[in-house]
Amino acid sequence: MAQVSLSNIRKVYPNGFEAVQPSDIQINDGEFVVLVGPSGCGKSTLLRMIAGLEDISDGELRIGDRVVNDVDPADRDIAMVFQNYALYPHMTVEKNMGYGIKNRGASKEEIARKVAEAAGMLNLTEYLTRRPSQLSGGQRQRVAMGRAIVRDPALFLFDEPLSNLDAKLRNQMRIEIKALQRRLGTTAVYVTHDQVEAMTMADRIIVLNGGRIEQIGTPSQIYHNPASTFVASFMGAPPMNLLEGRFDNGTVMINGGTALMPSPLQRSGPITVGIRPEDVLLEPTGPLPFQVDIVEELGAHRLLHGRLEDQNFTVHVDKETHVSPGALRIALKQDALRLFDVKTGQSL
Amino acid sequence: MAELSTTSDTLTTAKAQPVRRKRIKISNIVDHAVLIAGAVLMLLPVVMVFLTTGFEDTDILRNGLRIDVGPHMGENFSNAMFERSGFTEAITGMRMLTNSLILGVGFALGKIAISLLAAYAIVYFRLRFATLAFWIIFTTLLLPLEVRILPSYEAIQRLGMTNTYGGLIIPLIASATATFFFRQFLMSVPEELAEAARIDGAGPVKFFIDILVPLSRTMIAAIFIIMFVFGWNQYLWPTMITTEESMFTLVRGIKQIVAVLEGGTIPEYGKSLALAIIAMIPPVLIVVFFQNWFVKGLTESDK
Amino acid sequence: MKRAGFTNVWLPIALLLPQLSIIAIFFYWPAGWALQSSFYLQDPFGFGSTFVGFENYTDLTRNREYLRIAGFTVVFCGLVTFFSLALALLLAVKADKVIRGAKTYRTLLMWVYAIAPPVAGFMGIMFFDQRNGPITEFFQVLGWDFKLGVNYFDTATAMIMVSVWKQIPVNFIFFLSGLQSIPRAVREAAMIDNRSAAGRFWGVTFPLLAPTAFFLLIINITYALFDTFGIIDTLMKGEPGNNPMTLVYKVYLDGFRGNDLGGSSAQSVILMILVLALTVFQFRLIERRIHYT
Repeated sequence: MAQVSLSNIRKVYPNGFEAVQPSDIQINDGEFVVLVGPSGCGKSTLLRMIAGLEDISDGELRIGDRVVNDVDPADRDIAMVFQNYALYPHMTVEKNMGYGIKNRGASKEEIARKVAEAAGMLNLTEYLTRRPSQLSGGQRQRVAMGRAIVRDPALFLFDEPLSNLDAKLRNQMRIEIKALQRRLGTTAVYVTHDQVEAMTMADRIIVLNGGRIEQIGTPSQIYHNPASTFVASFMGAPPMNLLEGRFDNGTVMINGGTALMPSPLQRSGPITVGIRPEDVLLEPTGPLPFQVDIVEELGAHRLLHGRLEDQNFTVHVDKETHVSPGALRIALKQDALRLFDVKTGQSL
Repeated sequence: MAELSTTSDTLTTAKAQPVRRKRIKISNIVDHAVLIAGAVLMLLPVVMVFLTTGFEDTDILRNGLRIDVGPHMGENFSNAMFERSGFTEAITGMRMLTNSLILGVGFALGKIAISLLAAYAIVYFRLRFATLAFWIIFTTLLLPLEVRILPSYEAIQRLGMTNTYGGLIIPLIASATATFFFRQFLMSVPEELAEAARIDGAGPVKFFIDILVPLSRTMIAAIFIIMFVFGWNQYLWPTMITTEESMFTLVRGIKQIVAVLEGGTIPEYGKSLALAIIAMIPPVLIVVFFQNWFVKGLTESDK
Repeated sequence: MKRAGFTNVWLPIALLLPQLSIIAIFFYWPAGWALQSSFYLQDPFGFGSTFVGFENYTDLTRNREYLRIAGFTVVFCGLVTFFSLALALLLAVKADKVIRGAKTYRTLLMWVYAIAPPVAGFMGIMFFDQRNGPITEFFQVLGWDFKLGVNYFDTATAMIMVSVWKQIPVNFIFFLSGLQSIPRAVREAAMIDNRSAAGRFWGVTFPLLAPTAFFLLIINITYALFDTFGIIDTLMKGEPGNNPMTLVYKVYLDGFRGNDLGGSSAQSVILMILVLALTVFQFRLIERRIHYT
């Protein structure tokens, strides 16, 4: 168990491409941190630098009290779960799980005991003598987890471990992984491009974009107070509505003319207004006109896609509310508005 | 020809009837006819050579190849295997068979060992001169021994390696076909496997022995078959490098057989044809019995 | 190179050493030696040599016999390649279509791969025997007085026929595996789009086979150039005389029987350049294939 600290970590490839801009991250002991972002945002590179599979161009990486920049992956006291599991195809489940500690000189009894323990935890006991090719996707995923657990490392690293599973299995494994990490109390860094995974599993989320950290915070902070329009639109499905607007005489206006609220800031000029789809109420006497084009039926709730002052807008309503395409009026819940700078995209 | 005309007959009658099934059948017959013709083309010559070993030399001289069974097969094969022959009376079929096996197996094993190591170095290490090594090795691709036969012979002579197994085998190994094949295969091994192994604390030697070699088993088997057949079937190089009859391989022995066909006495047809059959048996058996590996190895080497 | 390569310095060198040293001693040294002696005129009795520049090469371009052999080699390569590819493609297409006995057909059509060229050549001698070879007799029925080893054209025909026979299996194996790797969905889409089987073959299957065919083209040219040595040598019973022969045979003949080291080396160098050009061409092809698949 350990805390991890990245100070000014940077990655530049020989061709000059800066995959990760200088970044500071502190990960506490036992914390579950999720790195999330679109593909190419540098999240995997960051993880691979922590693992030691990628050289660190600049900065200092500590795991526990040790600076590990130049330490071999095998000696960093970490375990990694790969996207395609990377199980050794010619070894049985048992051998796969025991290979790491065998290389560290563990005795036969110790290997057998630890493998049995991990297998029990993961419901793999009856598959110990099978080969990876004889297992289902979910079982392989579990073996990969087991391999990490047997190592009893200071730090778990996960590189999109669930992206090869079908949706149902993914939901189930999400919960299992989280519960397991809780139980073992091992610090974990988890990379994913799926914001649902990030929201549900993380103690803290780190949102990356273009090699830069956009925001670090708890899932709730990230969702409710996105630091930028990028975070606002990346986290949450459907994403936050972003409308073009402006400050006008101390009022926040949407382009088209509707006034939303008194301005909290002494500013004027254009602005981006963010509204979460579920922060909207359907009210016949509401202040805002909303034109519904399509109703998307999702069972537990419905999404109304349409236009607000000729700008795309989505509203989330519960399953009891029946709506047909056409003109409606809406109101906003208390504290629903988020304001962003138009140029930088930063929250105001 | 006969088959073709029948099919066109049926085709005309078929037109009048509800067609679908009938058409499939006719094209099926054509397919099988073509394939059977092909199989006969491949098989018949060897069957005839085999059957002809059942006859006496004078009989073969008079009547040529046969398609019936004769009584002298055992005698001809036993002569081919055990009768001493050649200028120095130093060689039997048995001896040639042994030499061929040494050449085939030695060549295949040597080539696999050397190429697998080289391919591993090229694919899995950050080498400063990797590109140079790559080109040095792969320039040899497709430049077969036949092209540089004379200077190679000269080199072997200067090294005093004529009439040795080493001189026979090692120069044949000096081309990169297998290295290229193993390189392609290793490149297709998922990256994460090496990374997982590194995290699991396996160094380069351990990774090679614990993971890569077991993973490559099928590929190694496939290469072995191809290389064994290639080595066994060598002709020009053994012809030049082995002048002592006790070093002859079966395929090299064919040259001696052919050389005496022109002589004044009655050639030993029965024995010669038996030797030709013996020269075919090991490589054919290997290719037929391990054909799945063999086909995989052959067809994947070009990717 | 893999993303996470090992960084050891001496281990990869040690791993490469066996291959590199064998190549150096038995490939680059002989090749360099051939290049060097192609510029010298060797005394036939082995008393030294004189530098003659490009004379060995220019001699070749004026040598009628050499040009005739080069011409024959081109025709020989062309015919062997064409017939072995065409027959193999026909058989592969049929073998890919049939359901019953597919495996048996594959075995029956591929096993000849394992037969050594000189053994095939020896069989050829029996089949084309002047007095009672079955094929000779068949030709006589057609009114062709076939004379192996006497008539230039007849001997060439026998060489080509045996070489084609020996090469069909390799091409068959490659074509069949190429056909089998065409996705089922593509075939089914073609079935819906095109009613005629021939149209489907030339419009969809054949273009998808093109990479395999290109690859085989190179393989077959090298086969016809080099691997047929055993067939040619046995069919002419080791007596070149007035018989047709390929360039490689000529290298061997001049170098070993004629003791014309300079001339033979110059011929070797020409062949090396030819093959290197083919190699480069093939590499391009492979690179492109990897890129697109």
